Amino acid sequence: MSKVLKVTKGLDIKLKGEAEKVSKDVASEVYAVKPTDFHGIFPKLMHKEGAEVKAGTLIMYDKYNEHTKVASPVSGEIIEVVRGAKRKLLEIKILADKEIKYEKHEPKAGNREEVIESLSTGGLWPCIIERPFGTIANPEVTPKSIHISAFNSGPLEADVDYALHGRDKDFQRGVEVLANLPSGKVHLHVHSQKNTSDLFKNITGVEKHTFSGPHPSGLPGTQINMTDPINKGEHVWTVKALHVAMIGKFFNEGIYDAGVVLAVAGSQIQKPAYFKTTMGASIKPLVEGNLNGNEDKTRFVSGNVLTGDRIEKSGFVGFYHDTVTAIPEGDEPQFLGWLAPNLDKFSLSRTFFSWAMPGKRYDLNTNKNGEERAFVVTGQYEQVFPLDVMPQQLIKSMIVDDIEKMEQLGVYEVLPEDFSLCEYVCTSKQPLQEIVRKSLDQAKQELG
Amino acid sequence: MKALEEFMQKVKPSKEGKFPLPYWVWDGTYTFLFTPGHTTQKGVHVRDGVDLKRTMFTVIIALIPALLFGIWNTGDQHFAAFGEDPALLDKILYGAQLVLPLVIVSYAAGLGTEFIFTALKGHPIQEGFLVSGLLIPLCMPVDVPLWMVAVATIFAVVIGKEVFGGTGMNILNVALTARAFLFFAYPTKMSGDKVWVNTASVDGASTVDGFTGATALGDLATTVGTPVGQNAEVLGEFASGGTYSMMNAFMGWIPGSVGETSALACLIGAVYLIYTGIGSWKIMFSFFLGGLAMGGIFNAFAVNDFMALNPLHQTLLGGFMFGMIFMATDPVSAAQTNSGKWIYGFLAGFFAIMIRVFNPAYPEGVMLSILFMNVMAPLIDHYVVEGNINKRMKRLKTATA
Repeated sequence: MSKVLKVTKGLDIKLKGEAEKVSKDVASEVYAVKPTDFHGIFPKLMHKEGAEVKAGTLIMYDKYNEHTKVASPVSGEIIEVVRGAKRKLLEIKILADKEIKYEKHEPKAGNREEVIESLSTGGLWPCIIERPFGTIANPEVTPKSIHISAFNSGPLEADVDYALHGRDKDFQRGVEVLANLPSGKVHLHVHSQKNTSDLFKNITGVEKHTFSGPHPSGLPGTQINMTDPINKGEHVWTVKALHVAMIGKFFNEGIYDAGVVLAVAGSQIQKPAYFKTTMGASIKPLVEGNLNGNEDKTRFVSGNVLTGDRIEKSGFVGFYHDTVTAIPEGDEPQFLGWLAPNLDKFSLSRTFFSWAMPGKRYDLNTNKNGEERAFVVTGQYEQVFPLDVMPQQLIKSMIVDDIEKMEQLGVYEVLPEDFSLCEYVCTSKQPLQEIVRKSLDQAKQELG
Repeated sequence: MKALEEFMQKVKPSKEGKFPLPYWVWDGTYTFLFTPGHTTQKGVHVRDGVDLKRTMFTVIIALIPALLFGIWNTGDQHFAAFGEDPALLDKILYGAQLVLPLVIVSYAAGLGTEFIFTALKGHPIQEGFLVSGLLIPLCMPVDVPLWMVAVATIFAVVIGKEVFGGTGMNILNVALTARAFLFFAYPTKMSGDKVWVNTASVDGASTVDGFTGATALGDLATTVGTPVGQNAEVLGEFASGGTYSMMNAFMGWIPGSVGETSALACLIGAVYLIYTGIGSWKIMFSFFLGGLAMGGIFNAFAVNDFMALNPLHQTLLGGFMFGMIFMATDPVSAAQTNSGKWIYGFLAGFFAIMIRVFNPAYPEGVMLSILFMNVMAPLIDHYVVEGNINKRMKRLKTATA
């Protein structure tokens, strides 16, 4: 075994309501594809309301990158196309059949062009994310490598080993197919404690790296920075482990199988557990009758609490998410909050007496615990930011739109999610992920 | 608390109009009483429990030992000047009636100025002054007139902070700016041998004739003109058993600014700051090392008794400990990068001893060295950041080569 890469800077936020490793099948009635999941695309519909689709039928494409086509996760009827302000496409809702019918494909994996074409017509191209800037990959670019993170490290996130249990063959095939795309290797990143099963041990044809340490060890940004950092002019693609298995199944059996084992977790969930369902599922059947307390006082998140998207109780799981989290809303003012002992609050600093209870799991709510302020405290981002990048200086260059400085300070190596822990610990409550997202979009336009 | 919350909501003034000041005063009071029920909207859904109010409050807690000791010591020094030794409570009461007005004036002047700027700029009041307001009285001699404290505080808040954009934007430490202002504008009230001990008798004006309450550094400065070993009288004060012995300096039973004398009280604060993670141990530790290094160099090449003083003893005198723990660690005016903090702290400690010994006209070298390093901090950070950039450039070169 190769050496273990230690992530020393980071933080595990221990929340209550970890999903128990039992799963049951739950089918939703309604599923949705959310164009907003795919950052930076200009969505165009391929079917009208009322059309019948199969699982794997392409229903949407990107006007500017025609390889980016999105498929329906289930078979059924498109019942509603939800639009927001300025007719922005928000959701394409599909009423599912009782029995899912699959579109039949004949993918070819002979060379790079064939793989790209097959992935594109199969609706699987959006699985591939490009760095720098975190958009859906551009097929005209040849990346130097592909990185796959085989574990999640964020709070309450699904255990990848458990969620992909029994899909070894699909995963192996997926890795082999992807190996056609980059000029270099496919890297697989595993965690010395979190990956317990044999699933990833037997995968061949990849360069494996073993990590240890707290979140954000599971984020591709951390892993790439420590194994294969991105320089100016280079590109790296990342694929989520679940999507690798989907791609494998597509090439093995010719079907778009969007089945997913979803962790439903958080302190507001009565029995946090795993659910076998399909991507884009409505969370309603997963959480109904399974809630502690009032649903009006509950924040539903598709994804983990650091990077996920806020959704309604009738909302849908995002394309890139394998976790649904429900935590209490914290919209009550707290009397003398700066003075109270606050045993139930968790902090990187030891200003609350909760430090006396190591290992305690917290029931955190969505309160900001303070107001937004100018940067005052220094050195706290550095405690949770393992990349060889200076987080505070990079953020400041982003705030003042200094593209040249951003480039020098490593803007190519980061995505908003890499700053999620910094945003969590920020004493000044700055919206870091929003700042980073905005700057990356701007940098992409100016730097290409 | 529900009733108070409802009352506060009822008296909420309008934010609009020509005079928004009442609204911002209300806003400051409300957010002081209640952490607002604001929830996360974009980005992370949970937030760390700590905010700027909690951070500042932690520093204030860390300052309490120094404040309490300062109150006692003020009384103790006063009665010692008369050769009296009353009960503990009398000393504390006497000290409190001299020190607390300083604290109140400093907070009133500073917060008043802050609220005016808050209303002018239309943003919520920021918490930076909560700490500065306590640091200012603690780094003043006890006999400084109250109006001077008010003027210095207003000067520091306006020129030191608000003109740069308010909390988080200042270049110089606000409390030290206030002190430096008085030091240069009213030197007779800020140095010499008359200001450190209150010698007004309890009933009013009369003073003890011929009493000099010089600080240890003031005494040492008198030895600079003569070679080593010529000042037995002064040196006797620094030997064990003397007024400024190592033990007395560590415990703080000596004259000096209100909060600076006791290294022990400051160190208790330091332990708390480091433990909670609010104060930078890197700056404190390297500051201490810097002071020891300069003291050690002087000691090795001593040409007068001030230079010959034990380096450890040097660091216990004057405001060295107080500056190291509470002034140099101000995160806004200190270096912001991790390696920059080591350099910044070391040099600040180094120069503190150098200025103190080489320029006896300014016995308080700590203030000047920290202010100087505040100015230099962005430069240090610049080179640290350049280092990171160069590393990345090098990686790019090897990648393309």
